[in-house]
Amino acid sequence: MDALDGNAIGGMLFHVFGVEMTIAQAECGRCGARGPLAECEVYLGGPGVVVRCRVCNSIVMVFVEVREMMCVDRSGLSELELPASR
Amino acid sequence: MAGAALLGRLSWRVATVTAIVDETPRVRTLELEVQGWPGHVAGQHVDVRLTAEDGYRAERAYSLASAPGEPPVITVERLENGEVSPYLTQDVRPGDAFEVRGPIGGYFVWRPGDGGPLFLAAGGSGVAPMRAILRHRRNSRSEVRARLLYSSRTLKDVIYRAELDEDEVVHTLTRAQPPGWRGYARRVDADLLREVAWPIEDEPLAFVCGPTSFVESVAAGLVELGYAPGRIKTERFGATGGR
Amino acid sequence: MSFVSRGFRGRRRDADADPARVPPGQSVTRDFPVLSAGPTPDTPLDRWTFSIENGGVLRTWTWKEFRALPSEPVTADIHCVTRWSKLDTTWEGVSVDTLLDEVDHDAGYVLAFCDGGYTTNLPLEDVTGGKAWVVYTYEGEPLDPEHGGPARLLVPHLYFWKSAKWVRGLRLLDEDEPGFWETYGYHMYGDPWREQRYSGD
Repeated sequence: MDALDGNAIGGMLFHVFGVEMTIAQAECGRCGARGPLAECEVYLGGPGVVVRCRVCNSIVMVFVEVREMMCVDRSGLSELELPASR
Repeated sequence: MAGAALLGRLSWRVATVTAIVDETPRVRTLELEVQGWPGHVAGQHVDVRLTAEDGYRAERAYSLASAPGEPPVITVERLENGEVSPYLTQDVRPGDAFEVRGPIGGYFVWRPGDGGPLFLAAGGSGVAPMRAILRHRRNSRSEVRARLLYSSRTLKDVIYRAELDEDEVVHTLTRAQPPGWRGYARRVDADLLREVAWPIEDEPLAFVCGPTSFVESVAAGLVELGYAPGRIKTERFGATGGR
Repeated sequence: MSFVSRGFRGRRRDADADPARVPPGQSVTRDFPVLSAGPTPDTPLDRWTFSIENGGVLRTWTWKEFRALPSEPVTADIHCVTRWSKLDTTWEGVSVDTLLDEVDHDAGYVLAFCDGGYTTNLPLEDVTGGKAWVVYTYEGEPLDPEHGGPARLLVPHLYFWKSAKWVRGLRLLDEDEPGFWETYGYHMYGDPWREQRYSGD
């Protein structure tokens, strides 16, 4: 199964964070690689959404919807800059 | 107004199909009327949500293929074991409706002020957001140069063919070519990119969209040509036939 | 409830399926969706091993040794927590009983671990007594990497996230410990007949 990228979860990210997030700069907690969430590897389908660092493949975020509540684990990121509001 | 798409509400709205165009044997374009549509930026997409009588739900993302100011339009390719695409490409009739959420996206977008020259590389249905960009460029009478490299399996699979003839398009047909075809007849590789992509001295802005393997190979090829990674925007649709 | 779209029914459904074989909230498909939390691993067979551990390695098999173990055909219905079910799937592999018979232990639980880092937890009694296998053939062909090949765990009486793809071994535990999806709120046990999708169900 080919990975998608952060663009594919743009709607879900907006729903969770309340703001457009594909341009949000993320820093991988394991290897330090930085880039917009749009460029992260995304694995969809199955019990949840797994977002991985494009460089070292480690998991940076996990999204799981449990009984209509969205749970987010972003502990794999050492930094996540929320885009400045316009 | 489109700036409001970055911050603010993103709720599900009802979209009614107003027109249908069968682009190729496998691809259909749906023109939509969406309650309260706030307008969009070229390159953005919508999430489409279908709910069955028994409550079963499926969601997929589709790029908007129309320019800002035009009604929202999506182009859907029917995937072999798809859950949503067979419904959208075969069952949907004008007057039918489903839910959409959007417009979504702030990364894979182009506004005339972003400049160029634009190098657009599309694989298969990845050409949808490119149509939005090219139409917007034309509608806004932008002087930015644009070239589209468009990879399709055969000539019959080329989407928006008549319309694209008005733009600078370089086709490559990877599986079969019509008799007398003098265009490219192979998957995009380093040599092809070198011949087609804008030279780096022009400081081009690149957009690459299509199946994951296409996007990764083209993006890597552009980096090797010297394109600045920050000026290559990528959007992966997953393997064709995979969803 | 949200807006219903005329005529939409979802995945190709098998309308002839015997309802008694379909757990609540599931629908039967003839497809075999590929769902994953990460890239398909690519361990060459000459480096593949399967191990039983409990802190230290108790027993390990190379691919050759593993394939030499007694195996059996399995026909099973499988149920994914994302609501699709597939009936009469056919596999071939080694019963987990065969593997655990080679080891002395008194563990109550196991944690399956896999290439790529995926894990899932199960009570020992749910992987013994003829209820679980490590399979390497699907529909008569070598198991495709995207479906978990070279070998995956098969525990059909529980939701299919427990049938861990790319399995490389079982860790014996005294207490139940959540694996990957369980940590994120999925049910520790996962019985499709009691619709145990999430923790607390």
